[in-house]
Amino acid sequence: MQLDQLYQEIILDHYKRPKGRGLREPFAAGVHHVNPTCGDEITLRVALDGETISDISYDGQGCSISQASASVLYELLNGRKVDDAFAVHAAFVELMGGKGQVEPDEEVLGDAVAFAGVAKYPARVKCALLSWMALKDAVAQAVALEKEEV
Amino acid sequence: MTALTIPAGMPQYDDKPRFDVERVRADFPILGREVNGHPLVYLDSGNTSQKPRQVIDAVARYYAEHNANVARSVHTLGTESTEAYEGARAKVAAFIGAPSVDEVVFTKNATEALNLVAHAFGPHAQDPRFRLGPGDEIVISEMEHHSNIVPWQLLCQRTGATLRWFGLTETGRLDESNLDELVNERTKIVSIVHMSNVLGTVNATARITARVREVGALLMLDCSQSVPHLPMDVVDYDADFIAFTGHKMLAPTGIGVLWGRGELLNAMPPFLGGGSMIETVKMTGSTFAPAPARFEAGTPPIAQAVGLGAAIDYLTAIGMDAVAWHDKELTAYALDALDTVPGLRIYGPRVPVGRGATISFTLDGIHPHDVGQVLDSLGVQVRVGHHCAKPICDRFAVPALTRASFYLYTTTDEVDALVRGLDQVRKVFA
Ligand SMILES: Cc1ncc(COP(=O)(O)O)c(C=O)c1O
Repeated sequence: MQLDQLYQEIILDHYKRPKGRGLREPFAAGVHHVNPTCGDEITLRVALDGETISDISYDGQGCSISQASASVLYELLNGRKVDDAFAVHAAFVELMGGKGQVEPDEEVLGDAVAFAGVAKYPARVKCALLSWMALKDAVAQAVALEKEEV
Repeated sequence: MTALTIPAGMPQYDDKPRFDVERVRADFPILGREVNGHPLVYLDSGNTSQKPRQVIDAVARYYAEHNANVARSVHTLGTESTEAYEGARAKVAAFIGAPSVDEVVFTKNATEALNLVAHAFGPHAQDPRFRLGPGDEIVISEMEHHSNIVPWQLLCQRTGATLRWFGLTETGRLDESNLDELVNERTKIVSIVHMSNVLGTVNATARITARVREVGALLMLDCSQSVPHLPMDVVDYDADFIAFTGHKMLAPTGIGVLWGRGELLNAMPPFLGGGSMIETVKMTGSTFAPAPARFEAGTPPIAQAVGLGAAIDYLTAIGMDAVAWHDKELTAYALDALDTVPGLRIYGPRVPVGRGATISFTLDGIHPHDVGQVLDSLGVQVRVGHHCAKPICDRFAVPALTRASFYLYTTTDEVDALVRGLDQVRKVFA
């Protein structure tokens, strides 16, 4: 298998220089997700401003794929409307579940298209999805809390 | 240099039991294949071993020529199957020095064997040695596989007993400094790993056994990693129970062994209920067969047992002393070779003494997943992660480790391929 398909420059770049990393205040909801098979962990917080995700902050430990994926997620979804973010989320999950057969849409996925190669490595798909699942969980919690308050 | 390799031609060379590794390799069909365009370098035998032609053929021959259910038929095939299955039990007994064939219980793996013993304990056990409740203690260690932790945690939840454990020293050995306090009159069973699947440590059990006897507790050894690699004699070790698993010793998956002292096994309640484990069944109640049948409910893994018998024949023909010596030389070589890799840190004993052929390590700043992935692209198969022994990672404050584990078919060339691969890893993530 082609190693450079997996470790694209973009991925290595995000891994070495992650965007938006570090936990910040204020936040509406925070979650901690782990990948039980390998011990990768992420703590992720989201702040909402009405319909908009006004901050995504995170910290974690894990392999280059899981860490780069969190950085790409930040770049792509921070400041987006919740609905838009969930649409991108769905596209990324579809790409990861596609066993390399799904053609990624760069318009929607931006740097996340670099993860297309990861989808061919079943053992690594969970690494790529760790922060994305955490985000979905955190946003859902934050939205639910907001509704309670209204 | 710690290397203790004795060059061929030296007078001491022949003092050690040896075998021809290349001839052994020729028996393992899989070792001829390629992975990602490179010759396979299989360094994950601690996870599961590869299988020689002799084992594969024995399983195929069983199905092709003898297949029938065991212990239930008068017909010829049934008799042949029963003989094959019971013959495998006799081979296991001889291999571990069991005083009686009836002390060998077939399970599906080591995990089931450990759970079986844990389930014998409870507040209402007939035999006081298995009676367990609040105030009683069970002792394990921080270097256990999850399968020797979780069953005891569950048991403690069910009964209110307390789980305690040996800590580890910085070099990855059992910390026995508090032995007398840890193992005491309240202790019912001490269950520890014989050889760690992560650190490679082979635990010296004599002091612990002596203390266990002093307080009247029971001793179980998880020999999943040791029985495949070291000569085992259950009488010498003076254990009460040992557990091991076929697939790590050249046999198929789906077959494991619980050995227990016969008198203890027959004092234990059954584990699973069903066919083959009973003496008689009435609608108002049943009585149970003596061990080992008591613990073998339902149709057992017959072909897998036959495969285990063939694996034991294979290992016995080579000689477990020779296997152990091969491991030792290879480990000495690998410890030295890995020492040359910048940023590499070994977790576990750094000398090839009191340890087996399993080496776990980290590479500075590079996650084990990434290490494993790059190595895989070069055909080198290692395990990465927490190795079902998360407390060890916690103890040494690392999220995950990379592990290379060897067996009788592993060569020094393969160790060199690992070291070259690690250089490549460092280049990718430089
Ligand atoms: C030390 C140790 N104990 C127990 C086990 C469990 O073996 P199995 O999964 O075959 O039950 C293993 C296997 O990984 C092991 O290395």
